[in-house]
Amino acid sequence: MMSKINFLKPDRNNLNTFIYLGSFLFLISVLDVFLNSFFSLNLTGFLPSFLSFLLPLILGFIGLYFIRIEFSGIKHLDLLNKHINTNNFNAVLSLLIIFVIIKSLPPILSWFVIDASFAGDTKDVCTGSGACWTYIKVWMRRFMYGMYPNAEQWRINLSFIALVLMGSVGYFATDKFKKYLTLYYVVIYPLIAFLFIFFFISGGPVFFDFSYGIIAAILSIILGFFIPAKYKFYYFLIVPLALYIALKYFIFFEEYIELGKLDGLNWVETGAWGGLSLTFIISFFCLIFCFPIGMAFALGRRSNFPLIRYISVGFIEFWRGVPLITVLFMSAVMFPMFLPEDFFIDKLVRAIIAISLFEAAYVAEVIRGGLQALPRGQYEAAKSLGMGYWKMHIFVILPQALKLVIPGIANTFLALVKDTPLIFVVGLLEIVGMLNLAKTNPKWLGFAMEGYVFAAIIFWIICYAMSKYSYNLEQKYKTDR
Amino acid sequence: MNFKLKDIIPQLITVTAVVLVFGFFTYNAQINMENRGIDFGYGFLSQESSFDVQFSLIEYDGSHSYFRAYLVGLLNTILVSVIGIIIATILGVIVGVARLSPNYLINKFAAFYVEFFRNIPLLLQIFFWYFAALRALPLPQDAEAIFGVFFLTIKGLYVPAFIWQNFSVFFYSIVAAIITIIIIRIHAKRVQENQGKQIPVFLISIGLIFILPLLSFLIGGVGISFEVPVLKQLATTSFIYEGGVSLPPELIALTLSLSLYTATFIAECVRAGIQGVGKGQKEAAASIGLTPNQVLKLVIMPQALRIIIPPTTNQYLNLTKNSSLAAAIAYPDLVLVFAGTALMQTGKAIEIVSITMFTYLTLSISISLLMNWYNKKIAIQEK
Repeated sequence: MMSKINFLKPDRNNLNTFIYLGSFLFLISVLDVFLNSFFSLNLTGFLPSFLSFLLPLILGFIGLYFIRIEFSGIKHLDLLNKHINTNNFNAVLSLLIIFVIIKSLPPILSWFVIDASFAGDTKDVCTGSGACWTYIKVWMRRFMYGMYPNAEQWRINLSFIALVLMGSVGYFATDKFKKYLTLYYVVIYPLIAFLFIFFFISGGPVFFDFSYGIIAAILSIILGFFIPAKYKFYYFLIVPLALYIALKYFIFFEEYIELGKLDGLNWVETGAWGGLSLTFIISFFCLIFCFPIGMAFALGRRSNFPLIRYISVGFIEFWRGVPLITVLFMSAVMFPMFLPEDFFIDKLVRAIIAISLFEAAYVAEVIRGGLQALPRGQYEAAKSLGMGYWKMHIFVILPQALKLVIPGIANTFLALVKDTPLIFVVGLLEIVGMLNLAKTNPKWLGFAMEGYVFAAIIFWIICYAMSKYSYNLEQKYKTDR
Repeated sequence: MNFKLKDIIPQLITVTAVVLVFGFFTYNAQINMENRGIDFGYGFLSQESSFDVQFSLIEYDGSHSYFRAYLVGLLNTILVSVIGIIIATILGVIVGVARLSPNYLINKFAAFYVEFFRNIPLLLQIFFWYFAALRALPLPQDAEAIFGVFFLTIKGLYVPAFIWQNFSVFFYSIVAAIITIIIIRIHAKRVQENQGKQIPVFLISIGLIFILPLLSFLIGGVGISFEVPVLKQLATTSFIYEGGVSLPPELIALTLSLSLYTATFIAECVRAGIQGVGKGQKEAAASIGLTPNQVLKLVIMPQALRIIIPPTTNQYLNLTKNSSLAAAIAYPDLVLVFAGTALMQTGKAIEIVSITMFTYLTLSISISLLMNWYNKKIAIQEK
């Protein structure tokens, strides 16, 4: 009797017996599931159906029970026990996960690769039970560029390549130029990007009013360096707006903008933009705009002036309390009512403004978290050096606070990229919108699954890369305090 | 008197700017509305709506008012949010705990789930479930019954309906059970603080919540029966299930994607919360002789909850706001019914969009107030 109990309870005395028996049972169970799912062979078909279904689990469980020997002295066995086989419960879960993976591999593989059709360019080639990647291949241009004319698509490609190249300047900059990088990325790079999209992708006066604003902002920032710190606040409250009005109504006239148009490039209206490139354009601009706006409101929320504080709190809580889709609704149906009748703002610009304001509220909250996390001593030390409000924030507080909130900001930017498909509300079709359009095409009915899987893979790669990059950034700028 | 010009001027400029912008907008809005012959007002809410909504929790058809349509949309939004929050919380807690499992496979499986679902836009997931996955379901006549009573078809999920007799008695018995449990909890806490005795509150609560409703069945004359959906032929190729409750595919796709997506974020909150409790706490609790269960219940969870609740509240709010994506697959929520159909019919853009935004604002603020209250209750009381 005793020996029987001993036999069932694994210990180190008959190590080899247990290991051989246990791994044999375990391998049998895995083999059974493997053969069953890959070659549809049922080794245990002679048993009642539910027993045959559960048998691998039971066998594997007993096998894992047998090899669960603590401190066996065999490296791999100990590793196995420690990681997937700590107790009965974990053993069952591990087995279930292994079986689920083995079971789900054949259908996934056959759908994605084996039974899928890649060749040809009509629907007729898609007869197999697998995916129809031909559909993606045929519609690729539409998914990437929307309704942008085929002959003009090199403009988008060229712009993106140029922007990526110019964006990577930071990696090659020598130490001598490192100190100008912030200026480059905050002022010059966005300006270049804007000019590319304004003149090159659009080829026409799409961002009419926008351009005045950008020029006014850039000019006032450059002039701002020469204004004494004492008056900077008033300066930035008044001058940009005044400059904008002056530019728009007194100095520049439409003819000047017309002069700036590149001849020989066809004008492509924003309604025709679309696909993945539109996702990038919108994410890029919203990212540029929402950051300074958010920073301003974060500072406003912690300001000592009660009225500014209340306005900031109101702004932040309002945008955070409403869903983006209603904000876009507002920009589509309600916002035109708020403007003079002859005043027309392109719907892409309206969408960009709406998304930027919306995300700015989230950025503001994230930055506020960073500002609050800084110890009071930092503020007091800066003040004791005789720094004013702006100097203190720009040189002491913000660099430290922003460093602290890199993960939060990255999450907000990720949310921004994931929110871009919502612009279908204002009638713009980026990649998901184009998919929905393509799937209703009478020639290509019935390939919704392929399209969504394709878009999901693209978005997953973009978002995953962004989150990994932000993690690296966080590690790089981590300072021990 | 601490009156300084330096303090006043920036505020004055900011306020003037805000007032100017708003004034500009209102002025233009007035002129535009005059030009288009639209008058501003909320009187349309009591007019007859004359459109139909395909899924509604309260009785509604075209003869009801716009306000009723608004209620229909609001209730549908709340329905999706509540179901989504419940499923997302359960799933999120399980996945969050699984991410801390010492088991390598479970750990990686949970990590895979989190990384997979949270890096794909929610709208894309909703489209995927609605247009791709649920369209692959069988037609009503081909559907196989699950457990003999559920029917999952391309036209939705059909579940048996409960038919209650004396439902109020059953309801009161549950209320009574909950009240008794609360009283016993307060009493048990007082006993423990005064005499150091522990009363098995959990067992008593479980017992009460089962026994009282059971008594209502035995004594109070409560009865329950099921109405199982039955297949019915409308035309030669058109079938439908009658009886029972039918959940439209829009609702299923929406709750599925919302909860799968939000669960990933909740899982991360849970993981961060449990990891945030120092290892020393666990060891200290074990060293004074608490059992593993007590360690979890009395030491780890109360501290972890403090870290978990604020970000999780944010996720609940996000889920509620994200439920507005329902408009994209034509689930009749607030945005689709009110900001969509009603807006098209009345053309009252400003009124309707502002009501919709205000509603979401109220929902968000009420959830966050509720959670703030709870958060304050469990926060560390420093003296």
